[in-house]
Amino acid sequence: MLSFVVRRLAVAIPTLLILVVLSFILMYAAPGGPFNSERPLPPEVLANIEAKYGLDQPFWKQIINYVVSVVTQFDFGPSFQYKDRSVNDVIAQGFPVTLTYGFWSFVVAVTVGMSLGIAAAIKQNSWLDYLAVGVSIGAQVLPNFVMAPILLLVFTLWLGWLPGGGWNGGQWQFLIMPVIALSTSYMASIARITRSSMLEVLNTNFIRTARAKGLPMRRVIWRHAMKPTILPVLSYLGPAFVGMITGSVIIDVFFSTGGIGQFFVNSAFNRDYSVIMGITILVGTLTILFNLLVDILYAWIDPKIRY
Amino acid sequence: MTLKTKLFATTSALLIASTGALYADGHATHPVTGETLASDQTFTYRDLDESPSIDPGIAEDSAGGDILRDLFEGLYNQDATGNLVPGVALSHDVSEDGMTYTFNLRDNAKWSNGDTVTAGDFEYAWKRAASPELASPYSWFIELMALENASEVIAGDVDPSELGVTAIDDTTLEVRLTQPLPYFPQMLTHFTTFPVHQATVEEFGSDWTKPGNMVSNGAYVLTEHVPQEKLVRERNEMYWDNENTIIETVTSLVINDENVALTRYLAGELDRTDVPAGQFPRLAAEYPDQAVSVPLSCSYYYLFNLRDNAPEEIQNADVRKALSLAIDRDIIVDNVLAGGQKAAYTFTHWATAGFETPDIPMASMTQAERNAMAVELMEGAGYGPDNPLEIDLVYNTSESHKSVAVAISQMWKQTLGVETTLANQEWQTFLEARSNGDFEVARGGWCADYNEASTFLDLMQSDSGYNDSKYVNAEVDELLAAAKTSDNAQANYDRVEEIVAEETPIIPIYHYASVKMFAEDLEGWPFENFQQNWYSKDLYKIAE
Repeated sequence: MLSFVVRRLAVAIPTLLILVVLSFILMYAAPGGPFNSERPLPPEVLANIEAKYGLDQPFWKQIINYVVSVVTQFDFGPSFQYKDRSVNDVIAQGFPVTLTYGFWSFVVAVTVGMSLGIAAAIKQNSWLDYLAVGVSIGAQVLPNFVMAPILLLVFTLWLGWLPGGGWNGGQWQFLIMPVIALSTSYMASIARITRSSMLEVLNTNFIRTARAKGLPMRRVIWRHAMKPTILPVLSYLGPAFVGMITGSVIIDVFFSTGGIGQFFVNSAFNRDYSVIMGITILVGTLTILFNLLVDILYAWIDPKIRY
Repeated sequence: MTLKTKLFATTSALLIASTGALYADGHATHPVTGETLASDQTFTYRDLDESPSIDPGIAEDSAGGDILRDLFEGLYNQDATGNLVPGVALSHDVSEDGMTYTFNLRDNAKWSNGDTVTAGDFEYAWKRAASPELASPYSWFIELMALENASEVIAGDVDPSELGVTAIDDTTLEVRLTQPLPYFPQMLTHFTTFPVHQATVEEFGSDWTKPGNMVSNGAYVLTEHVPQEKLVRERNEMYWDNENTIIETVTSLVINDENVALTRYLAGELDRTDVPAGQFPRLAAEYPDQAVSVPLSCSYYYLFNLRDNAPEEIQNADVRKALSLAIDRDIIVDNVLAGGQKAAYTFTHWATAGFETPDIPMASMTQAERNAMAVELMEGAGYGPDNPLEIDLVYNTSESHKSVAVAISQMWKQTLGVETTLANQEWQTFLEARSNGDFEVARGGWCADYNEASTFLDLMQSDSGYNDSKYVNAEVDELLAAAKTSDNAQANYDRVEEIVAEETPIIPIYHYASVKMFAEDLEGWPFENFQQNWYSKDLYKIAE
């Protein structure tokens, strides 16, 4: 197991390097630049700015300088767009926000999604099943950019119960709508995967054996059916968790949460090269880490899997 | 100077008014109007996006300017109609040749840490803004102000200390220009000219603009700043005119989506927000006291590519003029935009200070007459139903630009049989295509840097960096150069507008309006200020 983890981490480093180089090339290949605007800057002003941000250097030198400063000093450079801030500032401010609402969305999506899925599978073809399937399909077809304005309309404008946006250091009132809007579609997917996986497991021979020897249903579900049911859910949860904690531009735009999703998308529009790179590396690293974590959990849950 | 007397009069009027200000029946009343003030004096408004910077030397957008006018104070401020009123400067004198300005500063202006604001703070700020070391994207503003050695300093040929600004003593600032600029004092309300506190900048480096570090001299101080969420500023107790400030706390919230912002406004979370495109008629009917449309100093236009690489047909001035004539601008402003915008036949915005819109023949014709003339011109150029003109029109991705483009391509089709291919491009791609001449007809928008017609018309100069048409006309160049020093620049501007209407390097389509919702209890908004330069210190909320 340990050698597996070490091997995977060793592969992660070249993977990240390829990610960095590819993103760098794509970013520079896109037309425009960070300092273009409706009102083009006079050449001498542009020259000063490019010198300040090192954009006057040859392309290969820029990549090397960047990688060196990231690796040795963990410094992602200054933001080209937000000129009073560094990329480290941007991430330090935005990531905790995204992490908070992403984590709670994950908790909600997993608990509600799995409960719905399990309930639906156990009582297959009952009203509970139809309800659960109905809810999960409903949640799936309501994308968060539709969900968010509806929530705003109902809870802020009509009922006046919740603030219409902002973060306020993560107070619970400000968390509710973002968490609902972000978690619903994940919850729906988890419910569907859990239901079909549980149904499949309940029809296997070992479950039939367990029931035949007279074990109560509750015990059969929890002791025997649960672990194999979770496996397909787990492979979905790894990327889903990364997706949630690295943010959603929809949530940030509709609820003004100030999370990292919005910075990521804006940086692409603004050609804010350093912020694009910083967040790409962050998301890349997290994706690699959580995929590794899922693989480890797999081995832990399913003794058939050996690394 | 007449300006001096006027400024003095305004100041004394304010002083007299403020003495009768205080409490009546336990409620504060407004010092001038006598209205009963609300107990809650907070002002919260929506910003579309996070500003790139709130460092006066580096800032570049108008939303950042709104914040900076609260946090800092320059030599002059604007009043509700856009006239200059004293800021840190009480008055100024101009030399005979119009190239040396001497400003007399007040001695009671304070930084938020208690230090006195001196002429040296301005000298430091301006030299800093121009320095290649700071590399400010707005250093060109110092160049626009025609300060002595500005271009040389920016280009790095001369040390910033050589810039044409000198603090003679703590309350006297001398500024030397390379040419007389009649509107120079107007430019001093712009944030690039605001003073900065040298010791603070030097202590914290680029972190000096963070709450807790920032020392400022405006009516408010920065207390909280969460990028992409909010920026909070509170009354500055050290401000020289603090006793006349009424609003205690100002909060700008970043809300990207205008419909979300409107929902939050209607829920009472905001005092000011933008009206989403196309919703002005409905909101004005439902909330007549809250929905407001005021002229905004920007012009919307289409530009033709006049480079050699452009197709022959659009090199023909008659074809271009026909395309301009065939656009029914009234339909665009009344039906497509419906937000109080005005049809444009001149590039210069109609509400620009000191500018009388000249009589462009096209403007006084009916649309039927325009269409008839357009058809005639088009036929003369050899295009008609059998030989339709085909052109490409490109705009940057946006629902509103799309509606305008669709409407115009329909008008061209119906009147002239022109086949238009519409294309939208993402912003950065669009800018690059436009400045490289990779287009036939493109959308353009231009906003005034200062309130004078040359801020628009200078785009028609053949060597202007913003002349994306690459339009060249020697007479226009001469007229505009002469206008800089002329006593009657209006005549030159009239002639330039006439030439532009005749040769049509661009098609002016409409003059912008700013459409907003304002909370009913918010008073003091400078609707008459064309540049919409507002100061929170002049606002107040009245009791219901």
